[in-house]
Amino acid sequence: MKISTVIELTEATLVCGGDKTELMVERAFSSDLMSDVLTLDTEGLLLITGLANIQTIRTAEMADIHYILFVRNKKVTPEMAELAGENHMVLLATPFSLFKTSGILYKHGLKPVY
Amino acid sequence: MIIEQTYQVRGGDFAHAGDASSKVKKLLKQLDVDPRKIKSIVIALYEAEVNIVAHAWEGIIRILIDRDHIRMVLEDKGPGIADIEQAMVEGYSTASREVREMGFGAGMGLSNIKRNTDQMEITSRVGEGTVLTMVNYF
Ligand SMILES: Nc1ncnc2c1ncn2[C@@H]1O[C@H](COP(=O)(O)OP(=O)(O)OP(=O)(O)O)[C@@H](O)[C@H]1O
Ligand SMILES: [Mg+2]
Repeated sequence: MKISTVIELTEATLVCGGDKTELMVERAFSSDLMSDVLTLDTEGLLLITGLANIQTIRTAEMADIHYILFVRNKKVTPEMAELAGENHMVLLATPFSLFKTSGILYKHGLKPVY
Repeated sequence: MIIEQTYQVRGGDFAHAGDASSKVKKLLKQLDVDPRKIKSIVIALYEAEVNIVAHAWEGIIRILIDRDHIRMVLEDKGPGIADIEQAMVEGYSTASREVREMGFGAGMGLSNIKRNTDQMEITSRVGEGTVLTMVNYF
């Protein structure tokens, strides 16, 4: 699925990484638990999360995750956006809940990790 | 070729947790290490760095990169670990509420470090601190 399709389906706003919306993502993982995210070894993953802090971005950096979708319009701080930019990430924010966001994207063909 | 690096880590400083791991990641990329190996190394290092921030008072990370391996030694001053075997069990955690609010504290870090390293050794003195040594081959 194209990042631009993720944006459309979840009525998301693009926080950063506007030049990468034509890239494809195959799988997604929904979690607020960074401990859990660090155990994944899937490439090209979309992380859907309600946890918006600097460690969310750090965890993504370490786990080679380039796409993050924050749910419930969580605020991305300038520090988070800067770190994400340095690591060429795409940050998105949707007003929908974690459940609704995951459901919509799953229904439209985004695959789970497990 | 031998590269040595040292980084300081402050307990409780979540704003900077991962700074050292991030620098090591960039260094390994420059050295053209296999990306999959880099991922295992930095995941293990990041887990260990966050453990110092989450559980100890202060620490020092020493990195030694040789031709075919990396050695990472994390030495902290902190409460130490009374029962290392128990600490290694997935799900065991003494993390504070603050640590859990940062998305950590599931008790999965040490077992994830074991999974991502070729060698791992922990020694600890209660009330003094912990030394974690990790080795990965390229
Ligand atoms: N450097 C350390 N100093 C003191 N105690 C530690 C240290 N590292 C780990 N521990 C102890 O071992 C437990 C298990 O550590 P582990 O990294 O597996 O899980 P966690 O840090 O609690 O949660 P997670 O890593 O999943 O975020 C910790 O909760 C803590 O009690
Ligand atoms: Mg841990």
